[in-house]
Amino acid sequence: MSEIKFNINGKQITGSGGQTILEAALDNGIEIPNLCHDPRLVPSGACRLCLVEVEGLNKDVTACTHKISDGMVVSSESEEVRGIRKTILELLFTEHQGQCATCDDNGECNLQRYAYEYQVSDEIIGQCQPVEHADNYTTGNKALEYDPGKCIRCGRCIRICDEVQMDTALTFMNRAGKTEVTTAFEMPLNESTCELCGQCISTCPTGALYERYAKGKGACQDLKRTMTTCAYCGVGCRIELNTNTKTNQYVRSTSPVGIIPNDGNLCVKGRFGFEFVNSDERLTTPLIKRDGKFEEATWDEALDLVANRLSEIKAKHGADSIGGLSSAKCTNEDNYVFQKFIRAVIGTNNVDHCARLCHASTVAGLIKAFGSGAMTNSIDEFKKADCVFVIGSNTTEAHPVLALKIKDGVVNNGARVIIADPREIDLVRFSKMHISQKPGTDVALLNAIMNVIISEGLEDKKFIEDRTEDYQLLVEAVKDCTPEWAEPITTIPADDIREFARIFATASAASIVYSMGITQHSTGTDNVLSVANLAMLTGNVGRECTGVNPLRGQNNVQGACDLGALPNVYPGYQSVEIEANKDKFEAAWNAKLSPTKGQTVVELMHGVEDGSIRGLYFMGENPALSDPNLNRTRKSLEDVEFLVVQDIFLTESAQYADVVLPATSFAEKDGTFTNTERRVQRVRKALDGPGNSRDDWQIVCDIANRMGYPMSFADASAITDEIAGISPIYGGISYDRIDDVGLQWPCLDKNHPGTKFLHKDGFSRGKGKFHAVKFLPPKERESKDYPFVLTTGRQLYQFHTGTMSRKSSAIDQKSPTGYVEINTADAKRLGIEDGEKVEVSSIRGKVVTPAKVTDTINTGWIFMPFHYHEAPANMLTIDALDPVAKIPEYKACAAAVKKI
Amino acid sequence: MKVNNKQVVLDMRPLDEILSSMPEISQGDLIPLLQQIQSRYGYLRRDVVCEMSRRTKIAVSRIYGVATFYEQFHLEPHGRHTIKCCRGTACHVKGAPEITEAITRVTGVSPGETTDDMKFTFETVACLGTCFLAPVIMIDDDYFGHLTVNKVEGIITNYE
Repeated sequence: MSEIKFNINGKQITGSGGQTILEAALDNGIEIPNLCHDPRLVPSGACRLCLVEVEGLNKDVTACTHKISDGMVVSSESEEVRGIRKTILELLFTEHQGQCATCDDNGECNLQRYAYEYQVSDEIIGQCQPVEHADNYTTGNKALEYDPGKCIRCGRCIRICDEVQMDTALTFMNRAGKTEVTTAFEMPLNESTCELCGQCISTCPTGALYERYAKGKGACQDLKRTMTTCAYCGVGCRIELNTNTKTNQYVRSTSPVGIIPNDGNLCVKGRFGFEFVNSDERLTTPLIKRDGKFEEATWDEALDLVANRLSEIKAKHGADSIGGLSSAKCTNEDNYVFQKFIRAVIGTNNVDHCARLCHASTVAGLIKAFGSGAMTNSIDEFKKADCVFVIGSNTTEAHPVLALKIKDGVVNNGARVIIADPREIDLVRFSKMHISQKPGTDVALLNAIMNVIISEGLEDKKFIEDRTEDYQLLVEAVKDCTPEWAEPITTIPADDIREFARIFATASAASIVYSMGITQHSTGTDNVLSVANLAMLTGNVGRECTGVNPLRGQNNVQGACDLGALPNVYPGYQSVEIEANKDKFEAAWNAKLSPTKGQTVVELMHGVEDGSIRGLYFMGENPALSDPNLNRTRKSLEDVEFLVVQDIFLTESAQYADVVLPATSFAEKDGTFTNTERRVQRVRKALDGPGNSRDDWQIVCDIANRMGYPMSFADASAITDEIAGISPIYGGISYDRIDDVGLQWPCLDKNHPGTKFLHKDGFSRGKGKFHAVKFLPPKERESKDYPFVLTTGRQLYQFHTGTMSRKSSAIDQKSPTGYVEINTADAKRLGIEDGEKVEVSSIRGKVVTPAKVTDTINTGWIFMPFHYHEAPANMLTIDALDPVAKIPEYKACAAAVKKI
Repeated sequence: MKVNNKQVVLDMRPLDEILSSMPEISQGDLIPLLQQIQSRYGYLRRDVVCEMSRRTKIAVSRIYGVATFYEQFHLEPHGRHTIKCCRGTACHVKGAPEITEAITRVTGVSPGETTDDMKFTFETVACLGTCFLAPVIMIDDDYFGHLTVNKVEGIITNYE
């Protein structure tokens, strides 16, 4: 960018080429009043407030649209432009109901601030009489409220919905004095294309758009803002929790524009999903189950009981009879302390967490191929990639803010998105090509794609030669996997596979995005290895805007893995089976450690059946809804000798517990989360925890102390310092360095800048390793009795077992219950109407749920979201495991649909 | 836009013809497109507009914005005949307010409304540009000038 020097209000400043006067002025700390400007949007020059004088021009120009040039002389504060601005403000106030005293936006509203600065006369402010407004598109909506009386018709809400969110749900209707913001045909917001991201609220310069839930809970000027990290998905949006200190209540979420990684954008869950923090159902005191009923207990009683029972079980049945589930919802510090407790105090490696159920195969597969099991590149790179290949990721629903970058790349940078997904997901709207493979046939598809690339000579020979090994194994493995061979397996026409392969292979920088659609199979590790093969074959690793990018599902699933909440590795992926690692951690923790790797999530549950597992300790996990084959899981929870559940709610799993320990939520504690791009970011305490709830790591430390192992930390920061000393990839992480912007690991020492993309000059394991992967069908095939393939997953509005998201009034209104998606033709054949309740069954169980008749899924396949306890998809899923990663096959099983 | 599978969709053939007569439709074609749809269907039916949006990929909210901006577009069923009463300055001076009242008396509807039998839609317009005829009304494509309150009923009852 070229430097441009120009003069504003007598001051010489420097901007960069292409900037507008307003952008350059703001960058230099000079404010030019504006109402319709948002750096995320294309300038529109609508409000006219930023008018400035430019020497040599015979008329004033809007600073938000006029580009700077060398030697330009600008005046933004002359008496004349100030006079014009005052007139504009007064005109706005003739239609704006200036009820600042009762407005929620009081203290935040730019119009209010300028009215004060320009001393708009009282007479004009009082002139606009409040009128009873007719119903509008937000009437009755629980997410947000639009008040036309406060709207200044700047159009920012419409533009952000169009340009950033690309939903185009909003529009102006009518003209002149009757103009208002609305949806198409003024339909209720929840019936429009709106995704409830609330971006319109974030950009509204007045209080015209506001969160319904936040109204009346504290005007902006009285709210405390605490910068923290969102507790939903792995994108790790930076979020400000706005809290009312007088009531100790969460009020609303905001996010500053320009912030990494989300640039002020949030999705429905980040914006409207935190009501759970204030919920009356939060656990406030320890509970002990006596005679089948929970009774309130003191911390001493509960902790003594837990420590005694765990000690007893350990003494009687050995350390390996106890297992712990750590949590991808908890902080890095909580996870570190929890796994240290299981390893050093209990003395077993039986610690795991729900990453087992999402990306265990990623960690296993990518470590084999590359030497490091994490997303190779960064979120921001998607908007500059030439091609993005999305396979098995419903990105706009599961990682909505990351999807904005992909859409941005398509619309503003000409990127080509190609999608392989059994369903016609929303991202297909932006794609160059979509192919739908039958669930569970990914290896066949990927091998066929590689067969095309090799047979047409499109592979990157230099990359293969310089950076990889075992290439011949791949060539041999895919030799016979022609598109014609793959067609009957995947149901995709051979020529489509060819075209797809060519688009990917000829891109200058191609990025692969994948998620649960790849990992949650009994062949999950094979799928990941195939993805890695494809990336290496085309030289798309170790460069900007390329890579193998598994999107992590939970806010801190990356961190929980990094910190060793896995049965085979210590913090920093250091294998427990390597003697030197064990020695290192024994010395650091001053304890005798187990030399054998522990049991995984599903194995722990199955271990209860044969008595090898006697005690279980869950920190923030809910297997009674999240694990496959729920009838079997729930039986184990019922049968296990001693179960401790530490959580923020009395979850489905907590109901089975002997002792329940109340923990603080992310809004009430300090710590760090690591997002999907390996960025370690701060979590900060915004509120006091309810009742007697305590931080997870403190509870764990107390149990450790009672079991005779001294463990204490002054605060969360001290835990991070211990982590830095023991886990090389976190070596340079400390709270003072990540106060403002998080660091991406590997960050080896205090001076290391962090790592934007991995494997730049060499793979973590040296050379990238090709693997021969043979296609294996899913464990369970369709049959006469169960003729459908059932695939399960997430949807935009809810999150996992719904413990948090279902407490939101806005989300509950939009997405109140589960459903099964079924193709129109199948529904017609079975006589099923849209919205009608049907019975879905597999050999393991059955559920009753409404049918959603749609053409976005092929005939013969059905889809269910897994969030809903009243229609749990996991009653049906199969607990067949990937032999390497032990991940269950959530994505494919045989099922039947019956009209009832 | 939520598509209701149960709804019986009306004849989409006119829409098919319109769309196939305009290759490569872009946002810029929206106004002529809406004009043709209105002339074929009588007004901008919601289901037709939504279908048009689906096929052209022009967001239905955009279409709604344009359709409500221009006076020429109607989102409600229109009467078989449109009465436009001029309320420009010349007509006003010559008694347009009384003419308006008379039309309301005869048809039973106020400006902006349509009669229950769908015979007439009554609108007022800012100026018909025929001040020499003041006060003037238009019914469909015909002008009726130099009106008096007494003539109104006779003119209107001539229409079937």
